[in-house]
Amino acid sequence: MRMRILEISVGAFILAGILALIGLALNVSGLSMSNAGDTYTVYARFENIGGLTPRSKVTMSGVTIGKVTNIDLDTDQLVARVTMEINGDVDFLSIDSSASILTAGLLGEKYIGISVGAEEEYLGSGDYIEDTQSALVLEDLVGKFLFNEVSE
Amino acid sequence: MDRLALLGRAGLDKLAAFGRSSMILFQSLIAKPQPVMMFPLLIQQIYFVGVLSLVIIVVSGLFIGMVLGLQGYTILVDYGSEQAVGQMVALSLVRELAPVVTALLFAGRAGSALTAEIGLMKATEQLSSLEMIGVDPLRRIIAPRFWAGFICLPILAAIFAIVGIYGGAIVSIDWLGIYDGSFWANMQNSVDFGEDVVNGLIKAIVFGFVVTWIAVFQGYDCIPTSEGISQATTKTVVYSSLAVLSLDFILTAVMFGEL
Repeated sequence: MRMRILEISVGAFILAGILALIGLALNVSGLSMSNAGDTYTVYARFENIGGLTPRSKVTMSGVTIGKVTNIDLDTDQLVARVTMEINGDVDFLSIDSSASILTAGLLGEKYIGISVGAEEEYLGSGDYIEDTQSALVLEDLVGKFLFNEVSE
Repeated sequence: MDRLALLGRAGLDKLAAFGRSSMILFQSLIAKPQPVMMFPLLIQQIYFVGVLSLVIIVVSGLFIGMVLGLQGYTILVDYGSEQAVGQMVALSLVRELAPVVTALLFAGRAGSALTAEIGLMKATEQLSSLEMIGVDPLRRIIAPRFWAGFICLPILAAIFAIVGIYGGAIVSIDWLGIYDGSFWANMQNSVDFGEDVVNGLIKAIVFGFVVTWIAVFQGYDCIPTSEGISQATTKTVVYSSLAVLSLDFILTAVMFGEL
């Protein structure tokens, strides 16, 4: 009987551990099974990424459709190159879509917003989004404002 | 000259102890494992090492999560970004506090008990008797305890993290009035399963390995007197705490730092 109680409590302990792990996976890290489907990779060059980081989200009309996986320097054109993984079911981004780096709230995280163009051809894996708009850097804005003031 | 010789001898002693501990590790785990015979013993040790540590882990996890929520709120509310409390609580728990604090508590609660138990077995010559009747004490006594610690610590760390996060959620959502949608959404946006949760668990596994190894070796290697056992128990707690904290820095640098 003693052994039986022992076994039951050990079983419950292991089960609690597994449940905690599932809780961490689903509730805390927001891992969802449906999202693990296929993705395709799209690149975009930006003059200034201004605080965009890998794992930032990529959105279209505010809906998350992918994430930033890598940011490196394009050594040919000397601008930043952002690698994005777009969910496979979003396959209707036309080749003249534009990508811009936006900020959630005033001081919030940076993310990429994509707005779709009018072309009939669609972006595939490995394509570049040509029309990009860099992050707004506060110092630049202040600089422009001061310059305008002076020139008037 | 004598001083120099003493220093050299102390160094050699440490080296010999390290060698002995590696031999114990090898002989009890790798050489000729007997999973079938060991299983009931393992269950028993998981009960002693894991299930009985559950209460202290849950209680400290709850309070650490609540404190994190409270502290994070009072700082972040100045910047008007108190929604980030969930993110802060979850990341600091999953990445750092759950494995480290669990390992420290585990060293104090279970590691010291392991050392004292094995040390007393040695002092009362139970280990020698086992050898006399042809049972290898390394496989009968040491191996199941080792595996139990190895299995239990990641489970305890996962429980610690989840309890702590819910403790933080209670404080910040129910008491401080943060909107619960943004609390969870911020958390889920910033915590990555592969990057944060899995790395935290890897840390816990490493700590479990180190803490149990130190505890078991100190017990097996202690001077078989009451004074020796007390020294060995102290050493277990001190060495495991130091090992956990320094290993944590190394692991963090490898996993999250850009070294």
